[in-house]
Amino acid sequence: MIFTAKGGHIGGSLSSVDILTSLFFHAMKYDSTDPRDPARDRFILSKGHSVEGYYCALAIAGFFPESKLEEYGTFGTMLYGHPTLKAPGVEIPSGSLGHGLAVGVGMALAAKRDGAKTRIFVLMGDGEQAEGSIWEAAMAAAHYGLDNMVAVIDNNNLQISGTVDSVMRSASLEDKYTSFGWSVREVDGHDLGELNAAFDQSPWEGGKPSLVIARTIKGRGASFMENDAAWHHKALTREELEHAIDELDRAAEEM
Amino acid sequence: MSATGTSCRHAFSSALLEAARNDSRIYAICSDSKGSVTLGNFEIALPMQFVEAGIAEQDAVGIGAGLAKSGKRVFVCGPACFYSTRSLEQVKVDVAYAGSDVKIIGISGGVSYGALGSTHHSLHDIAVMRTFPGLSVFLPCDNYQTAAVTRLLAADPAPAYLRIGRGPVADVYGEGRAGSFEPGKAVVLHEGKDCAIIAAGEMVQPSLGAALLLEEEGIGVRLLDSWSIKPIDAESIERAARETGFVFTIEEHSVYGGLGSAVAEIVVQTYPTPVRILGFPDEWTPAGSSAELFDYYGFTARKLAARIRAELSRKGER
Repeated sequence: MIFTAKGGHIGGSLSSVDILTSLFFHAMKYDSTDPRDPARDRFILSKGHSVEGYYCALAIAGFFPESKLEEYGTFGTMLYGHPTLKAPGVEIPSGSLGHGLAVGVGMALAAKRDGAKTRIFVLMGDGEQAEGSIWEAAMAAAHYGLDNMVAVIDNNNLQISGTVDSVMRSASLEDKYTSFGWSVREVDGHDLGELNAAFDQSPWEGGKPSLVIARTIKGRGASFMENDAAWHHKALTREELEHAIDELDRAAEEM
Repeated sequence: MSATGTSCRHAFSSALLEAARNDSRIYAICSDSKGSVTLGNFEIALPMQFVEAGIAEQDAVGIGAGLAKSGKRVFVCGPACFYSTRSLEQVKVDVAYAGSDVKIIGISGGVSYGALGSTHHSLHDIAVMRTFPGLSVFLPCDNYQTAAVTRLLAADPAPAYLRIGRGPVADVYGEGRAGSFEPGKAVVLHEGKDCAIIAAGEMVQPSLGAALLLEEEGIGVRLLDSWSIKPIDAESIERAARETGFVFTIEEHSVYGGLGSAVAEIVVQTYPTPVRILGFPDEWTPAGSSAELFDYYGFTARKLAARIRAELSRKGER
């Protein structure tokens, strides 16, 4: 998809792919043939630039045919470079950072007030934590006791200009969210067992929203991309593509 | 309804409460603004349909979009100055781009806050709001029209921005002139052939006063209440240009990008005619009540009539 479109947010897509796998193929309840089913669990990709992995998850989950993925980024496609409502399964457009958590609060609050059992999942980036609007929403989620809400931070410690610590040090996200009234767990963001368990067991504390800090590796699975900020948004050469697919195939065989 | 002496805020909150009693999907969100919006009664009557977001406009709009995407019809209410600036991106993305069933209710719009100064003024809101595809922009002028437009919004899933003022206003409409209001349709409040005034919001009342003063002098004014700024009534505006030959726009907004610009965009592309855009000039306003600022910038019936008379006489000299 990113190879044919000659560009995409490949690093962040690869760092979050295991989180999406756990959510879409283990934790979340939904019916992809009825994307507006009121009883569905909701997913919001607040880090909207990691859209390629999201589109793959939606396609594999059956929201639209996998063949559509080839249209990514082409003229007139429903698959824009950031999520929009034209793609079935997307709940809210994103791409400007810092929006998703507040929208999730609204959805979780609606579920609470309606007595619905649905859960709301919001995936954010760690660089995104610099957006002030996130902290407004973090306050509101705790204030309203939204324990039907699970936020995930894809903690790959890289953003477009370098490491998160060098661009804008966030200090301890665990301490920050805990002090805001959230229940926080750290997991290996590439360990499906740990991710599944965290999502299955949430809420870990009644009356509190849950935060999963998922320690991840940007560009995960392609050794030449891993932990390199240059791969935040980049096109692959054919050699790089083949090399990455080779490595991923080998890793899959070993599993 | 003779509600002279009360403000459009009360007309809005009463109409919203009435609609919400009959429709449990209707939610109101405030940002520590339930007092200024006059939604205290709403919270007491319908606590499960009320959400307090705290002093956090971005969050209020985002939460509103989330509620809307879960089947609610959400009125996000607070000062126009903050919702049209601080949370503008949430309005663009989470409301307009997302097509969310959210109405942004900008109260105390324009220079309503008077001497509180330009942090609290919204003289830019029409300019920015009308550029977002799918977002309607409405500026009612009195209690009657505010209540009627609120009922329209309560029955419509489309996103909208409604700007209303803070202080008490005199009736323009009422039992005697009970207009029915349809988005995209201006209301002709006065007929005349010498020029047209196209006004909105709190400028409609002094414009009507000016039209009556000019009528005594034999100058005929066609006055259009263009409360629906988006969608705008292009047909009536073109006809006003064609049939009167001289158009004045009057608004409580910057002369850049507001009603005047919207009218000029139509006139120059349909029937090029002189247009004079009367609004707030490109400067930060002095301190003063909204009435004092209206007087200072010439937005009283008498000063508007003098300005129009002078412009029309210059037209005659050419």
